[in-house]
Amino acid sequence: MRYALPTLSDETRAKHAAKGWPLALLGSALLLVSGLLSWSYDDRILGDISIRFWPVGVQIMAMVLGALGVAFALMDRGPLRRVGNWLDVALGLRALSTGVLVFVALVLAAIATEAGGLVNVNEGGWIALVGALLMFVGSRFVPQRELGQMHSARIPGWAEILVIALSMAAVLFLAAYLLNQDDAWLFVLGLAFIIALSMGLARSGFFTWFGHVAQRHKHVLTLAAFAVAFLFPFTQNGSDANMSIATQVLIFAATAIGLNIVVGLAGLLDLGYIAFLGSGAYIGAMMSNSAFATIGWKPPFLVTMLIGAIVASIFGLIIGSPTLRVSGDYLAIVTLAFGEIFRLAMFNLDGNNGPKLTNGPNGIPGIPDLQIGSFNFGDTHNVFGIPLGRFSNYYFILLLLIGFIILVFTRLNNSRIGRGWVAIREDERAAEAMGVNVFGLKLLAFAGGAFLAGLAGTIKAHQDSAVSPDQYLFLESAFLLAAVVLGGMGTIAGVLIGATILKLMPEKLRFFSEYRLLLFGLLLVLMMRFRPEGLVASRRRQLEFHDEDESLAEEVEDWHLEDVR
Amino acid sequence: MSPMLEVRDLEVAYGKITAVKGISFSVDEGQVVTLIGTNGAGKTTTLRTISGLLRPAAGSITFQGKRIDEVPAHDIVTLGLAHSPEGRRIFPRMTVEENLLLGAFARNDKEIRTDLQAAYDLFPILGERSQQPAGTFSGGEQQMLAMGRAMMSRPKLLMLDEPSMGLSPLMMKRIMSTVDTLRSQGTTILLVEQNAQAALKLADKGYVLEVGKIVLEGTGKELLTSDDVRKAYLGED
Repeated sequence: MRYALPTLSDETRAKHAAKGWPLALLGSALLLVSGLLSWSYDDRILGDISIRFWPVGVQIMAMVLGALGVAFALMDRGPLRRVGNWLDVALGLRALSTGVLVFVALVLAAIATEAGGLVNVNEGGWIALVGALLMFVGSRFVPQRELGQMHSARIPGWAEILVIALSMAAVLFLAAYLLNQDDAWLFVLGLAFIIALSMGLARSGFFTWFGHVAQRHKHVLTLAAFAVAFLFPFTQNGSDANMSIATQVLIFAATAIGLNIVVGLAGLLDLGYIAFLGSGAYIGAMMSNSAFATIGWKPPFLVTMLIGAIVASIFGLIIGSPTLRVSGDYLAIVTLAFGEIFRLAMFNLDGNNGPKLTNGPNGIPGIPDLQIGSFNFGDTHNVFGIPLGRFSNYYFILLLLIGFIILVFTRLNNSRIGRGWVAIREDERAAEAMGVNVFGLKLLAFAGGAFLAGLAGTIKAHQDSAVSPDQYLFLESAFLLAAVVLGGMGTIAGVLIGATILKLMPEKLRFFSEYRLLLFGLLLVLMMRFRPEGLVASRRRQLEFHDEDESLAEEVEDWHLEDVR
Repeated sequence: MSPMLEVRDLEVAYGKITAVKGISFSVDEGQVVTLIGTNGAGKTTTLRTISGLLRPAAGSITFQGKRIDEVPAHDIVTLGLAHSPEGRRIFPRMTVEENLLLGAFARNDKEIRTDLQAAYDLFPILGERSQQPAGTFSGGEQQMLAMGRAMMSRPKLLMLDEPSMGLSPLMMKRIMSTVDTLRSQGTTILLVEQNAQAALKLADKGYVLEVGKIVLEGTGKELLTSDDVRKAYLGED
């Protein structure tokens, strides 16, 4: 079942079909041209948008959206028809135009609030608005057409790889651009642009096609993604501001992927996952060279890492072995309690109420930077003349860690163990009758997830240079879970996107921080209503939420056949 | 020679309610043995107890000379005892192939692929639709999948719980002839059925269960011609 807003009846659409298409094309073209015009008298706002034939920022965004609209229109009925006969351009155009309308309205609102009133809007802005309205109205009347088969839509292999490379480059460019926006309006507009673009591409089926392509070139995609992530620090010119956010995103994402093994693959609801990250962080801190460290033994960092991870997984075993035998709800409650017990224990192990391990509420500050061999993570290094500072160093080691965690995730997912987890999620009793050791597999997921969080924790301690109990509130566990659910349970890409959104938004929208929880709550409710399987859906999860959808079942079959070939 | 499976004085209880009240029966190697009886007679409970999903309150279960009433379910499969549960219980969102591979979950050898092919040979429809989500199958196809899945563990003894439930007469014939084929290939089968006639025609030995007790036993032919059975289960008076 697909949820959709009320749409026009087919008869009305057929009646006006002839007028709809030219309107949509005209609107898109207007939007494309408007980018070259002046949008405001005021040359101080949104970068300088007052000069003609010199598009910047939002104007370029408008031109990209306009160009996509023109391309869609020409694919429907025009010279590009043969290029995209498997794209549902009518639906794409409708979604795109809705996004465009919101985007243009937001731009005008930005000009009005920043420069003082709509009088400051120049001809370009108005033309863009007219274009968006024409697109919006016109696209409603463009009828859907017969589609070619998506999986028979083949372009040469090198071209597919080129598409992947270009998409990745676009992602890198957009990420760097967004992060560099200190202007909150530009950040919001950038987001609106991305949403409009993805709405159009998603509804037209481009992403589904991209999924097929990615399936055919899995390794290329993975390599390209890592190359992009690796290149990111080089775009920052040694500035630490964004790299600090980026490292936080990486730690959050690494932990969320670990949680995704527990929640997304094994189907166990863990509400205290942050405690495992905390166990690792505290072990890392206690064994560090900090003056406040409570353990005298200072092994090399890789050993500390391993100890942190093992301690975390031992906690996992202790919590898991009594609770995993009973049904899911109990596990959720026990893990919730464990998260709080962990925080309170760290709060109290200060020498007065127990052994002196954690310095209580003061935590362990002054943790020195990592030193592996002769490489000190606090120093700035120059690579090809580009300075890479402290956070870049941590960024790279975290990238390695994420790579490792993703490797573990995918290997597990595609293994016999992964199959066992799916079977347990589907029908626990039947799985047991097939000889699946249900308890053992659940415990493996639980302790394994804790292990990975422990690894991340030891690095986090050094990167934050301090640990204290108040970093490990229940709220953090809730955010991790939100990242998994929002992004898409059981997928890597989804969780990476979810983690980025949840960590980046509060950093960039500081003025919004008081309403942060309200916004996330609203976001989650909307997601559950309109797309319960998350932003990036694993095909199997999609089936779980849309059981009666037969075309989806066929899609899943295609996807498996692709895998077999 | 001692029987392959021997159940002695088995009692199983759900809380205070005793569903199986001290039954004894045995299955010899190479045979098809059937348990018949009405709803609530305790047939399914008996099978679930043998495969380790339920624990007996009293009595013993011996498989190939080894007591298995304390062995966990996943180890029982490794011993060579497969259970195709009531209502088929296939995994609807996994593909046919994934379902079959799950049947071989307890195994870890290199011949799983060969057996996958064997399952496709037994039921060609499974091979044709190997990448389709199993939930899109019809009842009969799902039953074939459930049987194929159970065979994937290379069982010495296969327990089938109501394989004909909800199937068309034609499909039921097909399933029953497959049971016969499997026996001729050397698999011992314990068959639980409500469709007494079809089961008894096939069975070397049969037991009639009534509210947790065995009230009649004999060869398939004997039971098929017994007046009591004809009256109670075959709808004749």
